[in-house]
Amino acid sequence: MLEWLTTPLSYTFMQRGLMASLIVGVVCAVIGCYVVLRGMAFLGDALAHAILPGIAIAYLLQGNLMLGALVAAVAVALLIGLFSRQGTIREDTAIGIMFAAALSLGVALISSIRTYAVDLSHILFGNVLGVSPSDLWLAGGLGVFVLIAVAALYKPFLVISFDPVLAATLRWPAELLRHVLLILLALTIVISLQTVGVGLVAAMLVTPAATAYLLTRRLPVMMVISALVGAFSCLVGLYLSYYANIASGSAIVLTATACFLLAFFFAPRRGIIWQRLNNSSGVS
Amino acid sequence: MLPVENRLVLENVSAGYNGQRVLYDLTLQVVHGGQVAVVGPNGAGKSTLFKVLVGLLPLRSGQILIHGQPIGAHTDCVAYVPQRSEVDWRFPVTVTDVVMMGRYNRQGWLRRPDRGDRSACQHALEQMGIANLSRHAIGDLSGGQQQRVFLARALAQEPHILLMDEPFTGVDAATQEATLTLLEQLKAQQVTVLVSTHDLRMAAERFENVLLLNRQLIAYGPAQEVLSPAAIQQAFGGRVLFVGDVAVVDECCPPPEG
Repeated sequence: MLEWLTTPLSYTFMQRGLMASLIVGVVCAVIGCYVVLRGMAFLGDALAHAILPGIAIAYLLQGNLMLGALVAAVAVALLIGLFSRQGTIREDTAIGIMFAAALSLGVALISSIRTYAVDLSHILFGNVLGVSPSDLWLAGGLGVFVLIAVAALYKPFLVISFDPVLAATLRWPAELLRHVLLILLALTIVISLQTVGVGLVAAMLVTPAATAYLLTRRLPVMMVISALVGAFSCLVGLYLSYYANIASGSAIVLTATACFLLAFFFAPRRGIIWQRLNNSSGVS
Repeated sequence: MLPVENRLVLENVSAGYNGQRVLYDLTLQVVHGGQVAVVGPNGAGKSTLFKVLVGLLPLRSGQILIHGQPIGAHTDCVAYVPQRSEVDWRFPVTVTDVVMMGRYNRQGWLRRPDRGDRSACQHALEQMGIANLSRHAIGDLSGGQQQRVFLARALAQEPHILLMDEPFTGVDAATQEATLTLLEQLKAQQVTVLVSTHDLRMAAERFENVLLLNRQLIAYGPAQEVLSPAAIQQAFGGRVLFVGDVAVVDECCPPPEG
């Protein structure tokens, strides 16, 4: 059994892959709590797709792909904030426009690069076993930065999410804080690219946080449980990927989904089965 | 230094939403520790007035002075108790978490709650009779209990001016009574209170001053003078019916004001 667990780790690429997945699993899960509570799942998905043109341009210029993705994600996050500011158009409409435009631009750029077609699937679905040491350092650094920011801005983020009127009463800069949250989300998505890819980032943002939401009624606890579910999913998913020989991103997301389903049916108080048992015992 | 006047002054205040003006040319003063019922039909600008006072809506013209200083100069003296429909009740926060938010103005972004914060919260919870619920999620409470949580938060804020938006709508009798008891305590503490309500009888019996509003000031002063049939007719228009001495207003619950 122990050997079964340690064998994959004898490869350096597996060690790096595991480290990268754990960072991504935890950071996505923590910031994902705000994504779930503020109803930003669509935004997260859109941001993930919006980084394609950034990657394509970085590739054309032979620069760092992650840096290109980072610039694109922050730019799109700010543009969405700008278009939906003061309620000129609804935020989901602004997201829909930017999402489609950025994705089209990305595909247009990528289609002009013939040799790039092979790598596209890595961007879409992740390639955790191809994590380079410099990728790992960048992901680690950005991940720690995001976690520190979420901890330091706990109160303002809680207030603008739960009670924007209180934020106004306190004269806290709600608009600025909303943008900071968007940028943190963009950073998180960028470091998740390598592990789960553009297509599945949204799941890593939403699924562990939704699982945690079913298990607690306090935000700090929700963040911790969400991080544990995220880390657990990455760990189990990576071993699944190694032994069953399936794509790592899919294996991770499917593990997280299994956690969610367990919580959905069996969570105390909020789970379907628990409620049913409680109701029937109440009647009889 | 000159003693600062503890009162609320509005001078020619106009406000509204994108392109649409809701409040016109409102001028009034609320004395130190005064309690005012803000009465008017739906869409009269009651919520708009409160939103301007907390800084959620900008002024179109005119000025608001709190303690003789323009709005925004103080960050700790106005507390607002929202309407029940304005809160996301599924949010994962406990009763204590919500009440502690009332101390955020003192704590800032980084300082953790100290003993003073905790005792203020505990005191506020006890005052509203919900200390036994402190660890419950707000979503698990009844409507009246939820309202008391937000009243407790306003108390923990130790405000000079307290705004309550429709606190008597859709809550049980016990909560109504708790709210009225609270108003009496606040009076003793000289907290200035503005309460919006569509309950004319409540306004007449429990508040010394009434502000009758319909997008502009219709009448303001002692309840007996303000709530004359003519003034009510003017504020509510065709939606009022006089049966003998009793005015019946054809409105029950406020719709969400746009």
